[in-house]
Amino acid sequence: MKPAAFDYMAAETLDDAISALARAGGDGKVLAGGQSLVPMLNFRLVRPSILIDINRIRDLGYVDATGDVIRIGALTRHHSLETSPVIKAHLPVMTAAMQHVAHLAVRNRGTIGGSLSHADPAAELPMMAVLLDGKIGIRSLHGRRMVDARRFFTGSLTTDLKHDEIVTDVEFPRLLPNTGWAFEEIARRAGDFALAAVGVTISVRDGKADRVRIGMMGVGETPLRAPEAEDLLAGNAIDAQALEAAASTIEMAVEPNTDLHASADYRRFLVGALARRAISVAWTRACGASP
Amino acid sequence: MIARKTIKLTVNGAVYERTVEPRLLLSDFLRVDLGLTGTHVGCEHGVCGACTIIVNGDSTRSCLMLAVQADGTVIETVESLGSIHNLSAAQKAFHEHHALQCGFCTPGMLMTVTDLLRKYPLATDEQIRAGLSGNLCRCTGYEHIVAAVRALVRQREGAP
Repeated sequence: MKPAAFDYMAAETLDDAISALARAGGDGKVLAGGQSLVPMLNFRLVRPSILIDINRIRDLGYVDATGDVIRIGALTRHHSLETSPVIKAHLPVMTAAMQHVAHLAVRNRGTIGGSLSHADPAAELPMMAVLLDGKIGIRSLHGRRMVDARRFFTGSLTTDLKHDEIVTDVEFPRLLPNTGWAFEEIARRAGDFALAAVGVTISVRDGKADRVRIGMMGVGETPLRAPEAEDLLAGNAIDAQALEAAASTIEMAVEPNTDLHASADYRRFLVGALARRAISVAWTRACGASP
Repeated sequence: MIARKTIKLTVNGAVYERTVEPRLLLSDFLRVDLGLTGTHVGCEHGVCGACTIIVNGDSTRSCLMLAVQADGTVIETVESLGSIHNLSAAQKAFHEHHALQCGFCTPGMLMTVTDLLRKYPLATDEQIRAGLSGNLCRCTGYEHIVAAVRALVRQREGAP
């Protein structure tokens, strides 16, 4: 199992990488952490003519909190996110999600830009981007553009990214005060891709849920939000009845696939169970109690 | 014709300079070009963990990195740990707790455990198991490996 031959360039700057990618004319691949791309090379599922290695570009890995925005550089490794005090302080639901990402040796190499570009429907960071209203920063020779995460993921392993574009950073609005959060995942083995997972943030005002966000993965071709359930919960105190209504709304809305790992019915059951758990924990946290 | 690249790197304290094809995996470079066959190659797509080494202080699957990417890095492989007459603490713990049978997964296990002990508290068996979950062993059933790591955690905390 060896990759087909390719040329290789280690870009020193983002401009070098973008130029090389444009020159490759759709036949180049950007190499970041390589934790998804190199297996695909080894299986010869992809045969690029050139790999553009961005690992040596300085200043592409960072976590910055400025004003109400948390910006994360594309080359930030999963282990850095998992252990970042800035993420823990401002986006604690992401810290929780990172506990489920693969294994240490993979987290040491894998990057957020790579995970978003690869767009596995059962990966945690694409789901975090959709849950937390992330905006994905993209560069090419034509300049910079920002895309809402909900529009970035267009299918399984498919994104809005053009062949000459590179993800450079992701911006997240910081969680509002009085926001509770939760992340719940089921995988067959610690660190494996999820069978299903649900992330929730709920901000509370005057004893009622004000803004509710529910993100799901493993139950569609892309990470998803649950807008009907979010609307149903917003504006009310969340009691057992509301919780049940939201969970069954989610179960009815999703259309999961059957695959080797789980049937569609089991995934539907899982996402409902995880949603009940996550909404309940997030609400408890939002109300100021420890779950 | 694709240009070969010259790389210079430090492996277990020795500096090597070699010219390689870009597609050469780091795992094959270590085993074939440098003759360091302690690093084992199992699945070659990042699932089994047998080829885990340490690159610039971080455990890494050597089958998911290209040799050209290792230019300028400092690498530790299982050969850096100890010798048959002078086992390292991790090797001794694996030996004493029967944490291996056939030994195929052991180099990857040892390098993973080395990084885990540097980065995580591993206060509970659950945390130890989660840490080891990226390394497959088909012989031991993992119990003895967990016991070996538990002993290493105690040693790290300075217990007698």
